[in-house]
Amino acid sequence: MTLLSVKNLRVSFATETGVVQAVRGVSFTLGRERLGIVGESGSGKTMTGRAVLRLIRPPGRIEADEMTFDGQDLLHASDSQMRALRGRRIAMVMQDPKYSLNPVMTVGQQLTEGLRMRDRLGRAEAEARAIKALEAVQIRDPARVMKAWPHELSGGMGQRVMIAMMLIPEPDLLIADEPTSALDVTVQAEVLSILDGLVRDRGMGLIFISHDLRLVARFCDRVLVMYKGRVVEELAAGDLMAAQHPYTRGLLNCLPRIGGPRQPLPALDRTGDWAE
Amino acid sequence: MTALIEIDALTVTYRAKGQEVQAVQGVSLSVAKGESYGLVGESGSGKSTILRAICGLAPVSGGTIRIAGQPVRRGRDFARQVQMVFQDPYASLHPRHTIDRTLSEPLAIHGIGGADQKVPAALEAVGLPAAFRFRFPHQLSGGQRQRVAIARALMLEPPILLLDEPTSALDASVQAEVLNLLNRLRAERGLTFLMVSHDLAVVDHMCDRLLVMQHGRAVEELARDDLAAARMKTDYARSLFEASADRLMGA
Repeated sequence: MTLLSVKNLRVSFATETGVVQAVRGVSFTLGRERLGIVGESGSGKTMTGRAVLRLIRPPGRIEADEMTFDGQDLLHASDSQMRALRGRRIAMVMQDPKYSLNPVMTVGQQLTEGLRMRDRLGRAEAEARAIKALEAVQIRDPARVMKAWPHELSGGMGQRVMIAMMLIPEPDLLIADEPTSALDVTVQAEVLSILDGLVRDRGMGLIFISHDLRLVARFCDRVLVMYKGRVVEELAAGDLMAAQHPYTRGLLNCLPRIGGPRQPLPALDRTGDWAE
Repeated sequence: MTALIEIDALTVTYRAKGQEVQAVQGVSLSVAKGESYGLVGESGSGKSTILRAICGLAPVSGGTIRIAGQPVRRGRDFARQVQMVFQDPYASLHPRHTIDRTLSEPLAIHGIGGADQKVPAALEAVGLPAAFRFRFPHQLSGGQRQRVAIARALMLEPPILLLDEPTSALDASVQAEVLNLLNRLRAERGLTFLMVSHDLAVVDHMCDRLLVMQHGRAVEELARDDLAAARMKTDYARSLFEASADRLMGA
């Protein structure tokens, strides 16, 4: 079943020096599965994620032939319709907990704000739900973390708090923008298994945005590889090692591996028709 | 081979709000001249604190640090021996100084002339065009900035570079370029590296030996071959090894 369908998505910014095309014709569909979007910085992967939620401010422009979520037209939805979708049906975990959490609100206030305003829950009930959400992302001693300020959290804790916050309204689609890049490998594995459990148990759709090709391949069902605003290759995660595209191969090969040869790592070759 | 960096029973204690936190607890290691040595562990394991302690940026409360057999005395001589490259190239370069000023400042402090020749040569050595000399950091990409940070560290031609997660803020493709650059410079100049990373694959690629750390303590020292063959003795080192991304890929 298709949850999200995007056809020929374009995101452009009018700047003083002319129009910059951040996303240039991206198409994909998503069911209740894990879709990975990989690319270097500037490849348009974050903009693709934000465009789905229409979270791009002017002078940025979003254009597409089609962008529907669960039968609803996202391109022509009114602002209030979009607000009803955001958070409740489609949620996004932003990249950096240092900048994405409100520094002057405690974790508890931020977690319960939506429950109290949107769902009109009482304080005690909202707090109980928030603590449950923190437990779900395996935060030890959630009652203490509820009272903590964002600057008192480590990167890994902050990231998990953000995931907890996004999961409280039980969205159908979660867009996770580099949710684990600030984390240690061991914590990374934990956060991934939390996300994995949610996809499996609740049938949530997940768009997982990352620059880490191997991580995405291990974790997702399908992978889109983006370069300069275009999808250069789409493949099943299991086939990644057999990727044909020179850019995908370049991204794979430039990573050092344990026990690998001591020669210089191959640099990415950015020549070819695709690299325009 | 003689040890160039000798650290013996180093302890670093921070005091905050009346509480003492031992960030490093009795860690010893020695790095031979020309060797590349890695420190690996999760955040909070104290690996960066060791580098900071060597530079005098962390409160050492016990143990000794010796460079080339001498106890460290910080000052100009130390700056000519040891330089550090920091993690975040977006934060470690002065935003309002041109690259030229950033690179020529160490020369000025040490009364070394010839900045006009040395700055372009330093840029060339790290693979940047000479025209970058009069740019500001915000006009450069992350990888270019890290190249500038490396060039700055090498201005005084120190034999030792301390590298604190030099590529963790960079894209995989840019990381490859910077790692290649560091390896080339080490080979050309016979540098000694002490490198911190949370990425076991990066440390494996760069280092001859490595020390796994956890909660401020040394867990296990491994030679590169032992790591590749998974010959670790402690459970923690093994769990770190197994959690490393490329291991699970079975690539």
